[in-house]
Amino acid sequence: MTEAPVTGDVTESAGGPGAAPRPTPVAPASRTTSPTSPTSTASPGDDVIRTRGLTKRFRGGQLAVDGLDLTVPRGSVFGFLGPNGSGKTTTIRMLMGLIAPTSGAAAVLGEPMPQSVASVLPRVGALIEGPALYGFLSGRDNLVRFDSADPTADPRTRNSRVEAALERVGLSAAAGKKARAYSLGMKQRLGLASALLQPRELLVLDEPTNGLDPQGMREIRTLVREVAAEGTTVFLSSHLLDEIEQVCTHAAVMSRGRLVVQGTVAELAARAQGRLVVRTPDTARAAEVLAAHGVGALVHGEGRLDGEPGDRGDDALPKLCAALVEAGVRVYGFGLERGTLEDAFVALTGEGFDVAG
Amino acid sequence: MSQAEASQAGAPPVVTGRRPQSASGFLSLFRNELHLTFRRMRTKVLLGILAVLPVLIGVVVKLNTDSPHEGGGGPSFIAQTTQNGLFLVFTALAVALPVFLPMTVGVVAGDSVAGEAATGTLRYLLVAPAGRTRLLAAKFTAGLVFCLAATAAVAVAALATGAALFPLGEVTLISGDTIGFADALLRAVLVAGVVAVSLAGLVAIGLFVSTLTGSGIAAMAATVGLVITVQILDAFPQLDAIRPFLFTHYWLSFADLLRAPMYWDGVWKDLGLQAAYVAVFGSAAWSRFTSRDISA
Repeated sequence: MTEAPVTGDVTESAGGPGAAPRPTPVAPASRTTSPTSPTSTASPGDDVIRTRGLTKRFRGGQLAVDGLDLTVPRGSVFGFLGPNGSGKTTTIRMLMGLIAPTSGAAAVLGEPMPQSVASVLPRVGALIEGPALYGFLSGRDNLVRFDSADPTADPRTRNSRVEAALERVGLSAAAGKKARAYSLGMKQRLGLASALLQPRELLVLDEPTNGLDPQGMREIRTLVREVAAEGTTVFLSSHLLDEIEQVCTHAAVMSRGRLVVQGTVAELAARAQGRLVVRTPDTARAAEVLAAHGVGALVHGEGRLDGEPGDRGDDALPKLCAALVEAGVRVYGFGLERGTLEDAFVALTGEGFDVAG
Repeated sequence: MSQAEASQAGAPPVVTGRRPQSASGFLSLFRNELHLTFRRMRTKVLLGILAVLPVLIGVVVKLNTDSPHEGGGGPSFIAQTTQNGLFLVFTALAVALPVFLPMTVGVVAGDSVAGEAATGTLRYLLVAPAGRTRLLAAKFTAGLVFCLAATAAVAVAALATGAALFPLGEVTLISGDTIGFADALLRAVLVAGVVAVSLAGLVAIGLFVSTLTGSGIAAMAATVGLVITVQILDAFPQLDAIRPFLFTHYWLSFADLLRAPMYWDGVWKDLGLQAAYVAVFGSAAWSRFTSRDISA
């Protein structure tokens, strides 16, 4: 039984995304963490997702998620990164109350999961492991079905909210077509539309660009940025690094069921040091000069040489270049290559990214 | 009001905090579930087959009576059908109840949860969040309504066929008494109602089987297979000890309602047995479904 305390005007709180701004409902006294406005700067303890020692062992004995301590701050666009089979989807299923953790605890929007499914999930939109639709229903009727499943959704505003969601993902024209006639991209968009049927505090997107063409990927990223700009926290899982780098403010990296690292994207990328790259046919001579100037971890390549510049400031680089030229090295190219998240990932996990699980 | 203005200044229209649940919101899943069940081509085909059955029986009986009588006993209803078209309703229900009706109910109930698990729509219903108990209740309700619709399809088609092929009028009951047509029509409605409710136990069984597997086809086959097995067991006199507990055992007791003082004994036993099956298998389905990992 879900007897959620009424926290505001009934019609208002279940209103459509286009409805006028509503009063922020007053938190029931029983809540331990008070929900602050999403616009206010995130205070400690205002995490949208928080897990402690979250573990899932499947019946076959396979350890899918191992002691996960994840913290997703409110207002962030959080990238959940890892190769296929690293436990991302299992984690999301536990957060959404679909499967029960073997041990550990998870809290979403400040309430324990899976115990608080009924009060938490109406405020969460989710796309889990690709879209799943009723092929014999039209796109519109699919959304009506999923909206009817939410007991907090107001039936009086249902049609307008469905139309608004269809409009938002650009499916209005195809809304009357049977879902089985949809392309994968359209199905993915309809899945997103069902996550956007109501204004949400948290949007969980599991591999939202899977199977999409580059144009479709761009559209989804634009949508994610829009939703985030409205104050919704977005939790985005992906195995595509550039996707995370392009849209996320924070990221966590999973590998073989364990959390390798989490932090802001800038912090993570900074962990992958930039490398000094010199293009020259005289690699042997250049290596001597660089080593003499304290550049470590030199790697020889075909007509190129790279190494770690160390902690020197940027103004030290011209001197280094001049030293190379003075030593008679023919310098064709000289510069720093910035670290990417991918470098960070490889450095952290010691594995390439397309490892299948 | 001042609060509203304050949040307006803060631009983002995202509502925080719990959302209240309304009664109409709670019930909309039940309405939608019915809509979903009866919108499916499969449901329409099943109901169509059930409606064709009485037409076939009617035509066969008509052809047999037109040709020289060959004697022979046959079910008592069939002989009476020739005198009164209304009896085709009872004949058709008696023919459909052992096989055709449970088969269609088995398909609908067996597929209800497993089919959604197979297509993955179950996870989206649960994160909506439909609520596992509420979803199961909606599925069970839709199954019961399908039982009513299936029985009605047989009864209405039989009545129409009977009226077209045979005379209507006063009805001679099994006990030999004669009642007026309007009275007999009421009994037909009563019988159809009892038949529909006798399928309730099967709906609960189908729902339980459906929560065990992630394959709709497997759940349907298992449920229909179970109906057939149980009826075979019910045919063995050696199994007298368990026969009264088989959910099909009292199915044909509806014939007792066609006596002059209606004889309710068997019907009550049937309804009691169905209630017990609903309680047992409904609880089993609930405990299984509410604790299950949805990983499809």
